[in-house]
Amino acid sequence: MSRRMNFRHLGVLVIVLALFAAACGDDDSTTTTEGTTTTAAAGFTPGPLGAVTVAPGAPIEIRALQAISGEVAFLGTDQVRGIELAIQDFGQVAGHDVSLGTPEDDLCSAEGGQAGAQAIVAQANVVGVIGTTCSGAAAAAAPIFSAAGMVLISGSNTSPSLTSDLAGTAGSNYYAGYYRTAHNDLYQGATAARFAYEELGLTTAAGIHDGDPYTEGLVTAFANAFTELGGTVTVHAVNKGDTDMTGVLTQVAADAPEFVYFPIFQPEGDFIIQQKGGIAGLEDVVWMGADGLITDGFLALPESEGVYFSGPDLRFGTNASATGTNYEDLVAAYSAAYGEAPIAAFHAHTYDATVLLLTKIMEVAVQDADGTLHIDRQALRDALTATSGFAGVTGTLACDAFGDCGAQTISVILDEDPTDVAAAKANVVYSFAPNA
Amino acid sequence: MASRALPKLKLNADGPTLAVEVFLFALRVLLVFFATWALVGTIALQVDGQGLTATAWRDLIVGGLAQGSMYGLIALGYSMVYGVLGFINFAHGEVFMAGSMAGFFVADGLFNSGMWENAFPLAFAIVLLTATVTSALVAVIIERVAYRPLRGAPRLIPLITSIGMSFFVQYAVKGLVGDGFKNYPQLPAGLQDRIGLFGLDIEVIKFFVIVTAVVSMFALWLFVERSRTGRAMRAVAEDKEIAALMGIDVNRIIVTTFAVGGAMAGVAGVLWAMLFRKVYFLTGFLPGIKAFTAAVLGGIGNLVGAMLGGVTLGLIETSGPTMLNGLAWEVPTVVAFAVAALAVATAVVGVIRLRKSDPRTVGSALGMLVVGAAGAIWGFVVLPGAQVVIPGTSQLKDMIAFVVLIGVLMIRPIGLLGERLAVEERG
Repeated sequence: MSRRMNFRHLGVLVIVLALFAAACGDDDSTTTTEGTTTTAAAGFTPGPLGAVTVAPGAPIEIRALQAISGEVAFLGTDQVRGIELAIQDFGQVAGHDVSLGTPEDDLCSAEGGQAGAQAIVAQANVVGVIGTTCSGAAAAAAPIFSAAGMVLISGSNTSPSLTSDLAGTAGSNYYAGYYRTAHNDLYQGATAARFAYEELGLTTAAGIHDGDPYTEGLVTAFANAFTELGGTVTVHAVNKGDTDMTGVLTQVAADAPEFVYFPIFQPEGDFIIQQKGGIAGLEDVVWMGADGLITDGFLALPESEGVYFSGPDLRFGTNASATGTNYEDLVAAYSAAYGEAPIAAFHAHTYDATVLLLTKIMEVAVQDADGTLHIDRQALRDALTATSGFAGVTGTLACDAFGDCGAQTISVILDEDPTDVAAAKANVVYSFAPNA
Repeated sequence: MASRALPKLKLNADGPTLAVEVFLFALRVLLVFFATWALVGTIALQVDGQGLTATAWRDLIVGGLAQGSMYGLIALGYSMVYGVLGFINFAHGEVFMAGSMAGFFVADGLFNSGMWENAFPLAFAIVLLTATVTSALVAVIIERVAYRPLRGAPRLIPLITSIGMSFFVQYAVKGLVGDGFKNYPQLPAGLQDRIGLFGLDIEVIKFFVIVTAVVSMFALWLFVERSRTGRAMRAVAEDKEIAALMGIDVNRIIVTTFAVGGAMAGVAGVLWAMLFRKVYFLTGFLPGIKAFTAAVLGGIGNLVGAMLGGVTLGLIETSGPTMLNGLAWEVPTVVAFAVAALAVATAVVGVIRLRKSDPRTVGSALGMLVVGAAGAIWGFVVLPGAQVVIPGTSQLKDMIAFVVLIGVLMIRPIGLLGERLAVEERG
């Protein structure tokens, strides 16, 4: 009996080891597409991550992993449209069509990002993925794509943890093969700090976040930049769902700041700005929110008069993509194709991400005489990382070693008249461009 | 002190196990220890000049009273229904939200007609009336369709039904008015100012909220204690069958209980909207849970307890995070050694009680031993010079409030003022 038990244990051990080996061996198991043989063409040797072989007449497969359902569906749908327009504008890549397949849903969550990534890496012929919509989904998806040798390029992730602290240290969720054309939140935090310290001449500040990685990251970036400039900062926090802000505002008042940065969302942002009047010591404070509060509802609150907001500057002017398209053309094409004006803010970034991916595929692809295309995965990553001076709709893209490629200018607006929301949105008082 | 309230330990299969007793004892001591540390630390920092200013404490306490009196008003509904029917009406938070939502539409209309600005007292009275009537109606309808058919069913059944009703009301309101926030009109200028009262410079609106809540609570108390219906209500709470034999229409009394509890929630709904100016279909959820907590904290079924529980919860919520900063107090060596000495003494008492080998005290004795040993190490090694800095304490306000609640209930399971339950519940 006991002997049989031992054998059984041994069997389990063998299975576990086999699974482990299979998991570790994932990297080199995705080297070819179905329908093609593994024989490498003369003159082409796959790199350490393997290569995708595209048979003559077959399309190059890329995928979208975006939030296309639920409350944030408009964000992901907007980006899927950006990808489709880019593929259409770019045309064929070395004589092959580009196929987007069916967009996967990142559900704007870690679970969604993971499930979507697994569904995509199961298709070994996929070269690269445009996504995700939400940073939380990317944190779960990036390691899976990285292990599979694929590249993931996002047009809207802004969490610093996905790339780096911009000072040479990789973020906790950075994985090789991750790139983005959106801005790193650190730029936004730094812009807010520069504006407060250099433009307004204030030296004491407080930050309020709501525990969300986005808002916490922004406050941390702001605090670090502000301290570096020579100011002092205290950090406070609320919870999503809080209504009574007496406690936190009293604590903020106790630190006697001249400037408060609260890059949170509605309705907590409303409660803070509406209840600040009831707290002694906050009468002369300058308040600044972030893009989460640049909404018609918040800007129209009587209390938001005199409040500043940091956010990405979406006035792209006449910047033209490598496809020759500028933002005006893009909006026209968008409206013509989908029958409505752009429904969210990141379609141009995703357009740039797609054009960047296709350009780099074209750059590294090796073509056989019969039209067979070999795309080396490592070479593609190297080419993406080496991006500099790349013309995009959003500006000039340049990638750093951790995948930050964004050209996004960050601007500060001032709400001077809550009865005129459009004027407030256009009232830019300060700008800061990362690549400038 | 804590050990007196310990349930008697039964070392048999039915009773709690020894390990559980030891754990619970240690947990009680830890809660008391940290609460004391935070309190002493806050006072010490205050004396040292590092604490909040007097005006800041005033803002915290006034804010806590305003928030807490609204919890108290909602808690009354939980407590009354529990007293009469013996189950938690989880849909009560939605009754509160329904009143607030109905009030919004009237307030918005009055604002557009200019009455809100020009004749605010009258406009407020109309909004208040709309909200209380709506809430009372919703509560009565919920009772009629969801709870009366289940009268006599095991108590878990109406409990689950009430959770279902809660979702139903939430999403019915969402379907009717949409899922966006409804913004109450801004208060007239006078109410946003501060006034000097009793030497304190407090916000008119918070004062107004507190006064309205207190007046409503007092009216309810008079109703329950002094009126015929109130007496009948207490009789039904005491024993439904006997009350019926005495000629009391039990169904009518139960409907009245729901209506009155709902009306109180309606008052809270309007006050909530005055203070926070936003309402949407999920507005009732968190205040509902907190008010239920307040009812338990004060002693479920006990009306004065519900009010006291609400105010206590409100105060803990606003000032708790600041008190937590008291943990950052750099403990003087003498205090650390005093803690260590106390811990050693506790351990010694534990050993003595252990030697008596009375099975009922073994749990607490072992607990004292464990806590004493840990406390001695803590006092001698960790505490001197220790400094704890907790960032973003405001984020922990709900956690602090619930830890205090658990602490109170562990030491005093019947709540601050004790439960008032019907005869059959006590058995």
